[in-house]
Amino acid sequence: MNEIPKRTIIQKYHVRGILITVILSLLLIFSSIMTGVDWSEFFSNLGQFFALLGRMANPDWQYLNVVVQPIIETIQMALLGTTIGTAVAIPFAFLAARNLVKSLLVRGVTRFVLNLVRTLPDLLLAALFVAIVGIGPTAGVWTLAIFSFGMISKLFYETVETIEKGPIEALRAAGANKIQIIVFAVIPQVINNFISYFLYTFEINVRASTVLGYLGAGGIGVFLQRSLSSFRYDQTAVIIIAILIVVVIIDSLSNTLRERLL
Amino acid sequence: MTEKSKFFSKRYKWLFWMIPLAVIYLWSIIGLSFSGIQASAGEVSQSIIYGLFHPDWAYVYDGSGEDLLSLIVQTLAIAFLGTFVSGILSIPFAFWAARGPIHKTLYWRSSSGKFVLVFIRTFPELVLAIMFIKAVGPGSFAGVLAVSIHSIGMLGKLFSEAIENMDLGVEEALVSAGGNKFDVLCLATLPTVMPEFMSFTLYRFEIAVRSASILGMVGAGGIGTPLLFAIQTRSWSRVGIILFGIIIMVTAIDWLSGVLRKKLV
Repeated sequence: MNEIPKRTIIQKYHVRGILITVILSLLLIFSSIMTGVDWSEFFSNLGQFFALLGRMANPDWQYLNVVVQPIIETIQMALLGTTIGTAVAIPFAFLAARNLVKSLLVRGVTRFVLNLVRTLPDLLLAALFVAIVGIGPTAGVWTLAIFSFGMISKLFYETVETIEKGPIEALRAAGANKIQIIVFAVIPQVINNFISYFLYTFEINVRASTVLGYLGAGGIGVFLQRSLSSFRYDQTAVIIIAILIVVVIIDSLSNTLRERLL
Repeated sequence: MTEKSKFFSKRYKWLFWMIPLAVIYLWSIIGLSFSGIQASAGEVSQSIIYGLFHPDWAYVYDGSGEDLLSLIVQTLAIAFLGTFVSGILSIPFAFWAARGPIHKTLYWRSSSGKFVLVFIRTFPELVLAIMFIKAVGPGSFAGVLAVSIHSIGMLGKLFSEAIENMDLGVEEALVSAGGNKFDVLCLATLPTVMPEFMSFTLYRFEIAVRSASILGMVGAGGIGTPLLFAIQTRSWSRVGIILFGIIIMVTAIDWLSGVLRKKLV
């Protein structure tokens, strides 16, 4: 006998779907009230926004000469920051990897610290470091170092956890110690992924470092802030175009390198 | 080439890579004008650590609407609303940028879409926030607008990749059963990619929470404004409690979104 499959009440009246819709709409209404959304104001002032865009559409090309030096500074900041962050991240990545460290305590504490570091947004770190070391690219390098430390350590320990056990066991059987196992069994397996992630983080840091200067942490952001506060939107446009060009070049460079690696 | 020289060139190839690398690093270190660390650095970091261990608990809730809890909720509201709007706005951009399997000749269409998305991604979110502040005045609404426009860059890219990697069987089945383009879109394409779209949107929400918490530094609402103020006035116990608040908020949202995403995919 064929029977028509019965549906439970929850399925029949689409309880889950309706519930999700209601929750979502309530959240939407609540957050609109919280943030004071006023679409009429938005549409009535849209002209002002487009006037601003219009002024940005006529870039002040003369300003390009001024922009080149800080853009280069931005790249240098990103490079040093990423490198310092990576160097510090590597030992932490090994400590957090499940297949290398058996002690739950060590692993747990390491992962907890890494999670804490990762929650901090980049500009927040920049504001803190500007307060600590003073205005200038030094603050930017420190910010990016901490920022990339959090990101890279996670990417790295996830890579380390995917490696093959064979070489580790072979070395252990031959009597190698922990350091020797890491150097001869783990690193050769992960080095290509590590370099690829390093380049990826570098890309992200180049993007991030362009705004760090807004709070005084060096690089092109300083000029971004200067042009915006003096209402020279034609100069802002030049800066944004310069950032776009640099980001596209760095991205495609790092993409080509990464494709070759993997 | 003899065996030995082959071995030699293979073995020491990395050395040749070291030379340009060393040059690049030297160039960066010399090029950066390290202004030197200011004299009070040690003192300031000590007071920051002191502040972190002695947070200003009175700030957590005082009923004025300017306390930590209400500003954290406001930050979450900015991120939620911004991500929601951007999730909807990204869908047309995604179809624009996706490279279709059939129309091999229409590369210019997807390439132009991809370029627009790169442009949106690179346009600094802070500048966008400042532009919206000019339009709607300082406050969280400007933050919502900034998040919703900026997120299109990343969401559009992720969505279009989801469309490119989609299973085409369902579409073909509908076409062969006589469905028109609209049927295919509503009954095959969108249902296939929806779980992925929602998962990406949740992921972007995590990022939006982080950026909403710093947008306040330029006056676009949320927890960033009092944070920057506290750092500038050097009230470190206030900074400590706000940092605590941000860390707890981000951790909770990451966890929640992780759970939800696991259920989706």
